[in-house]
Parts: sequence; C-alpha cells; structure tokens
Amino acid sequence: MIEAFLALFPAAVLAQAPAIMVAAPMLGAALATVLPGGRPAWVVALFCSLITAVFAFVLLFQTWGGEVISYAMGGWAPPLGIEFRIDGLNAPVLLLLGVLSLLGVIFALPSVADEIAPRKQSLFYATFLVCLTGLIGVTSTGDAFNMFVFLEISSIATYILVAMGAEQDRRALTASFNYLVLGTIGATFFVIGVGFLYMATGTLNMHDMALRLVELDDNRVVQVAFAFVIVGLGLKAAMFPLHVWLPNAYSFAPSFVTAFLASTATKVAFYTLIRFIFDVFSVEAPFVSAAFVWVIAALGVIGMIAASVQANFQTDARRLLAFSSVGQLGYMLLGLGIGTAAGVTAGVLHLLNHALMKGALFMALGVFAIRYGVRSINDLRGLGRTMPATASAFSVAGLSLVGIPMTVGFVSKWYLVSAALDRGWWWAVAAIAVSSLLALGYVGRLLASIWLQSPPERALMAAKDRIPVMMLAPMWVLAIANVWFFFDATPIVELARGAAEAALAGAPR
Amino acid sequence: MVELIAERFAYGVIIILMMTGLYAVVASANLVKRMVGLGLFQTSVFLLYITISKVLGGAPPILEYPFPATPDETVYSNPLPHVLILTAIVVGVATLAVGLALVVRIREAYGTIEDGAINEADYALDTERAGR
Repeated sequence: MIEAFLALFPAAVLAQAPAIMVAAPMLGAALATVLPGGRPAWVVALFCSLITAVFAFVLLFQTWGGEVISYAMGGWAPPLGIEFRIDGLNAPVLLLLGVLSLLGVIFALPSVADEIAPRKQSLFYATFLVCLTGLIGVTSTGDAFNMFVFLEISSIATYILVAMGAEQDRRALTASFNYLVLGTIGATFFVIGVGFLYMATGTLNMHDMALRLVELDDNRVVQVAFAFVIVGLGLKAAMFPLHVWLPNAYSFAPSFVTAFLASTATKVAFYTLIRFIFDVFSVEAPFVSAAFVWVIAALGVIGMIAASVQANFQTDARRLLAFSSVGQLGYMLLGLGIGTAAGVTAGVLHLLNHALMKGALFMALGVFAIRYGVRSINDLRGLGRTMPATASAFSVAGLSLVGIPMTVGFVSKWYLVSAALDRGWWWAVAAIAVSSLLALGYVGRLLASIWLQSPPERALMAAKDRIPVMMLAPMWVLAIANVWFFFDATPIVELARGAAEAALAGAPR
Repeated sequence: MVELIAERFAYGVIIILMMTGLYAVVASANLVKRMVGLGLFQTSVFLLYITISKVLGGAPPILEYPFPATPDETVYSNPLPHVLILTAIVVGVATLAVGLALVVRIREAYGTIEDGAINEADYALDTERAGR
C-alpha cells in the first residue's frame, strides 16, 4: 500500500518533498495576501494544507523503517549548506502538522467568517499560512540557526493570530503582547545557546554538531549552551514555570487559532526540545543525564500537578483547557525525563494523543461559541440537552484527557506508567495518579455543567439556527480518532517508537 | 589581571547590555519601554555573535577578483556570524514592528499603555461580569 501511494508521484517530486512542504504554504501566503476576500483566501489555505498533509504522508512513508532523508536546500551540501533532515523523529510531527492544519482549515471557514471582520479575512489566512510555514520549517530543518529563524517566523505569525481575537475581547491584545515579549526572550535565549554551541563546535548543522559534541562533555561553554537552549525552547513549549503566556493567549485567541495552536505549536516546540536533548546533546553526557531527573522530570511532575490544580479553579472553559495543556505537557516532559526508549516513546505518544484531544475539545468549544456565543463554564449549562451530538464529541475528548479506558489518553498513560515503573520511579507513578484525579476534577466540572444542569432560559434563543457541517466534521474526525486509536493503537505506537529510536540513535559514541 | 579584563572586555559589555535589556523588560510598566528593553536584549546577542567571529589580526573576508586558485595564507575573520546576524536583525525588526503595532492597538482599546492601568481595567471588567 505504501508503494502504491508513493508510485502516484513522479520521482522528481518525491526527491523534492521536504522543500515542497515548506514552499507550498509560503507561496500560498503571498497569494492569499492579494486575494480580495476571505473565501478565495480560504481556498488557497485549504489547498496548501492539503499539499502539506499529502507530502507529510509521503515523507512518513519514505522514512518508514529508519530511513533518513537528507535534503540539501538550494543544492549546497551539508554541513555548510542548510540541510533539511527528515527522520523517524520529525516525520510523525510533520504528519501531525499536515493532518491537523487540514482539519483546522476546514473548521476555519465558518468560524473565521463569524469572528473576523470580512476585510481582514484574507490577511488572516495569509498569516495562518506563514505560521504553518514556520512550524513545518522548524520541524524539518537540520540547521540550528535556520531553526531559530523558522521558530521566529511561526511565532511572529502566532502573535498576530492571537491578537486577531481583539474583535471579540480586547484582552487578546495584552495576551498577544505578553506572549510576544516572553516568546522573544525565549527565542533570544535559544539563539544565545546556538551561538555558544557554534563557539564550541564551529558548526551549525545539528547532525554535525552532535558528532563534534561527543568529545566536549566537560566543556563549560557546551554546558552553558545546553542550559540556554533548554530554557529558550522550554519557554516556547510552555514548560511549567515558563508557561505564563499560554493561558491568556489560548483563552482570547479566535476559536480556530486556539484549536490550531493547541494541537500544533507547542507540540512543535516540544519536538525541538527532544531534538536538542537527545539528538544534538547526548543522553550519555553527564550534564544532560543530571538534567533529566532534576530539571526535566521534576518540572514535568510539578507542572502536571500545579497546572491541573490551577485548572480546577478556572471559570472560563478555554482557560481551563489551556491550564490543562500545561499540565499535559508535564506528562510529555516526564516521559523525556525518564530518558529510556520506553520513556521517549510514551512522551511522543502523548504528544500525538494530546493533539487529538485538545484539537477536538477546542473545536467543540468553537462550535458552542458560534451557536450560543458562550465561553464560561457557567454558560455551558444544559448544552447536553440542546446540542447533544457536539456535547458527546466534547465528552469523548474530555474523557480521553482524563485517561479513561477506551480512549487514547489511557494508552499514553499506560505507556508512561510502565516506562516509569521500569525505571523504578514510584513517585512519578503516584504523581500521574494524582494528576489524573485532578484532571477528572476539572473535566468533571465541564461535563457536569453540560449534562446535568438544565439550560438557562436565554439558551433557547440561539445565535445561529444550524451549525455548519464544516465545523462538525473535523471535530468528529478528531473525537472518533480518540476512540479509534485505543482499539487500533498499533499505528500511533509504532510512530512513537520509531521517533524514540531516531531520537536515541543520536551520534555514535 | 588587566590582561584578563582586556581580553574579555567585549563579553563584559555584552553581559551588561544583555542584563540591562532583560531588566528593562521585566521592570518597566510602560509597554513601549518594555519593547526598548527587548530591543536592547536582542542587540546584545548580535554583538555576542559579531565578537566571536572576530579573529585577532584577521583581515576582512573579502577576496579580490579573480579569485586565487589556491587558498592564500592570509588570516581572515569569520564571515558566517555576520550573515547570521543580518538574518537575526531582520527577525528583530519584525518582532519590534509587531510589538509596537500591538502597543498602538492596546492604546486604542484601553486608552493607556501602562501595565497597571491595563490590569485594573481588565480586573474591573472581570468583577463587573461576576457581579452580573
């Protein structure tokens, strides 16, 4: 089946696949800028994300079984030229980006038409495409400085996308400004770290860097570089104490932007963390292995408990889910901190699963918002009676967030717990249990409000009579995926396992 | 001692600039001042890159045309960080532009660019909603 799919494309196209992935949304963004209205720009965005999704599958199949694609951008051979390097670790992330941006764009048309002023819509889609370009670039590049540039391309576009929520609520502006300040500090820390690495190794190509770092374990410059890179990328990924920008950015951005960012942007930043910790630096370097227990696993555990506690006290549904995102990131960090192949597998598995859950949850909140204009948990009262189908999809994804059996959330927690037990980390298992109970608390609050309480009088006056099927379809695809991959977990587990193998392969020592 | 300081003088200046910028970002309540601090912070990193690329006694890395067939013996400074910083400057300008545009929009929406006043306005909005 893989051969049949790849045979659809001429060999010349297959060879250029990494470049096409980045170029398609970039050119699409330029085109969308000059188009007159939202709808033509949406068609361009849809077309570009379709290309992205298709080529993500192409790259995944090409790298299936441990192959590594090294693409010399512009024909300049690495390590001097910029290399796009696709392996088992970033191919699944690219797939996630492709599929979720496609679903997101389908969801966007009615949602954006509702929330963004008509004359700004084509620019909105153009900005979205720039953001997608940046995210794909970050994921596929093999050059550390190029990664910084793409990181900033995606981040700057993200600030604008978040600020577009100002038409609904002016607090989107301050949320976006705070995100900009912190995001820029994070990116600058990252670029300081890359500068130190360049001082120590004389190269910017990440694979080449890894080979040269093998002999530099005791070098103070390298150790400082590690600290700067971790803090910088941790800020972008909303690692626990560096997450303060995230809740506001997620709660005030337009619905489509929140659904897209929650399922892709922090995931890509998290991928860069894995890439640097495991692939560029090595697990065997003493300063890295010390960081595993005392920094990464510790922050992961504190994050998943503290953020889940905070989530329990929120009144705004999107803010609640944003805090829950920070908590869920703790699970992924714990997976990394375990540091074994099983741990990284669990981390990547939860990364993929969490994108499915949060995508579905934020899309469902978007559907509630377009129908009734509701945001706070109090306003969700009785939606189970007035909108049973959407409320069911929301509940499925919410239960998946808790990790109830029959949902993917259970699969990734299962892998995480068994990885922690292999390492003998009982405290981590206890923390997972506590955090799951807290998750049950906040998801329970949402579900109780939706299903058990009776709808308020004014809810009978809906803002819109019918919900566009284009919003429901992507939401249902994600909600069903949450259940489907429990019963057929092999594909995502294999993806995660391949990613862990690629991450731990690193430089030969 | 003097030698030690003289050798690291550029790094000392960079660290002072970097910390001044970061402090300004954290400590100022005025959003424009915060952007200025951010700009200072970023610029200090540009200087860091330029400093590491300088080779003592190195010539500017410019070759006369026609290029020599064999590499000559001249010591050149490293041109690569300069090129990187050109890119980073563009990124910095874009960030600054978006940041200032946001400040303009914040002033339109809130009528102030002081952090405390903005928080007060948001807090008043929140309590008003809760009381409803």
